[in-house]
Amino acid sequence: MKNLVILGAGTSGTIMANHLYNQLPKKSWSITIVDQYKTHYYQPGFLFLPFDIYTTKQVKKNGKKFIPKGVDYLQQRIEQIIPEKQTVLLEQGDKLSYDILIIATGTKIAPEEVEGMAGPMWYKNIFDFYTYEGAKALRDKLRKWEGGKLVVHITEMPIKCPVAPLEFAFLADSYFKNKGIRDKVEITFVTPLGGAFTKPKATKALHYLLEEKGINEVTDFNIERVDYKNNKIIDYADTAVAYDLLVTVPTNMGDAFIERSGMGDDLNFVPTDKATLQTRAHKNIFAIGDATNLPTSKAGSVAHFEAEILTENILRYIDGKPLKAEFDGHANCFVETGNGKALLIDFNYTHEPVEGTFPFPGVGPLQLLKESRTNHMGKMAFRWVYWNMLIKGVHIPFISAKMSKKGKRFEEVR
Amino acid sequence: MRKRIGHTEIEVNDEGYLIDFSQWTKEIGECIADENGICLTDRHWEVINYIHEKFQKDEPLSIRGIKKSGVINIKEFYQLFPGGPLKKATMIAGIPKPKSCI
Repeated sequence: MKNLVILGAGTSGTIMANHLYNQLPKKSWSITIVDQYKTHYYQPGFLFLPFDIYTTKQVKKNGKKFIPKGVDYLQQRIEQIIPEKQTVLLEQGDKLSYDILIIATGTKIAPEEVEGMAGPMWYKNIFDFYTYEGAKALRDKLRKWEGGKLVVHITEMPIKCPVAPLEFAFLADSYFKNKGIRDKVEITFVTPLGGAFTKPKATKALHYLLEEKGINEVTDFNIERVDYKNNKIIDYADTAVAYDLLVTVPTNMGDAFIERSGMGDDLNFVPTDKATLQTRAHKNIFAIGDATNLPTSKAGSVAHFEAEILTENILRYIDGKPLKAEFDGHANCFVETGNGKALLIDFNYTHEPVEGTFPFPGVGPLQLLKESRTNHMGKMAFRWVYWNMLIKGVHIPFISAKMSKKGKRFEEVR
Repeated sequence: MRKRIGHTEIEVNDEGYLIDFSQWTKEIGECIADENGICLTDRHWEVINYIHEKFQKDEPLSIRGIKKSGVINIKEFYQLFPGGPLKKATMIAGIPKPKSCI
């Protein structure tokens, strides 16, 4: 009997468990998945939780429900991988040996990386919304907040779901308008990049959103510390931005066990071949989703597309065939713009988001890079798709792992 | 967009970043620096060399990376390339500026 071990039962790990359980011969392969947490969160919902659009119940379920019964599910903390011995050490001293290993442990926020961020004001007037706890605490804060300076801030790249902070700013605008206190709130978007939008087409098509909603933009801001006593964030050029309420996306890092295993980069992300998903250091270790260092977005749609190609490559690896270098960085994301509207973007390693229709060329019904109510309905419907199809590895009709160029107005990114 | 530097013609995007890194030379780097009001010293070149190394390895550039590089500290990096050091340094080095997905 051979062992395939999946580390992490989030979006990527759960999809892989489902795919591989269906594809690997059950007589010769056993599959084990390890995750220290019991709850599986619908992470896109963390954006809506602070604004009371989703309830807590809508964003969490028992993770075990989504893992096939024939897969061993171990709820333990991962201590370390020892690649030389093809072994994973678990918290309680258990050892797990593997023939093939898949790292799917994602990314988590590390507010302690910035001085003053995770200090005494954390969850008082400094919040994240990338965790269940953060999003819920922020919801409670917003319910009674009477206005002032709201700063939406990105600490450093890369982050999970790079558009989420911008969506947060848009939804905040709507939220305060509906509450009738928009005139009492000043919204400022602070980014380390050159703009809220960084790609020429998106900037041209979408910059009006910031102007329309009266959102200020502070760019090229590389935070050095949070001066929580005086409610200011300060960057390396000594520029200060004052806040009454700071909603930050802290540094994103891979799991600490990656560092303990000596397998990560500066941010504990695993160096991975961007087309095959095999790790650079070990042929029998693969990585998927946010845990990799791939130059694409850290997003559930990416994990979903990667899973199809990784499944095929694992089968090829077992058969001793060359791996398919097929992953093209495909991502497909809804972007909430407030007032019941959303945009849709579709892009990969070489093509930036463009205008067009999706998934049917020339028909839609979804429109790329344009605000519409239909796109918003799409985003809302996606929660059902996520729980019922995506993580169970059920194929989503008309949407392929590799990006389709039909019905889109392209120019090659160079 | 085409742009003439000395005797060579290079292709740049709307913001002035080189489209094809293979067209980059030291002379072109110096000209772009000059246009940005920066006079390149040995310290600048050490940083640019580090940026090229990261670029060739397909590794993203970040302030954190610069901090850990051992080449330079952040305060000095800001002094060498005032006003958006990553943005300016990548432009001079002939590689794309750090981007998000939209």
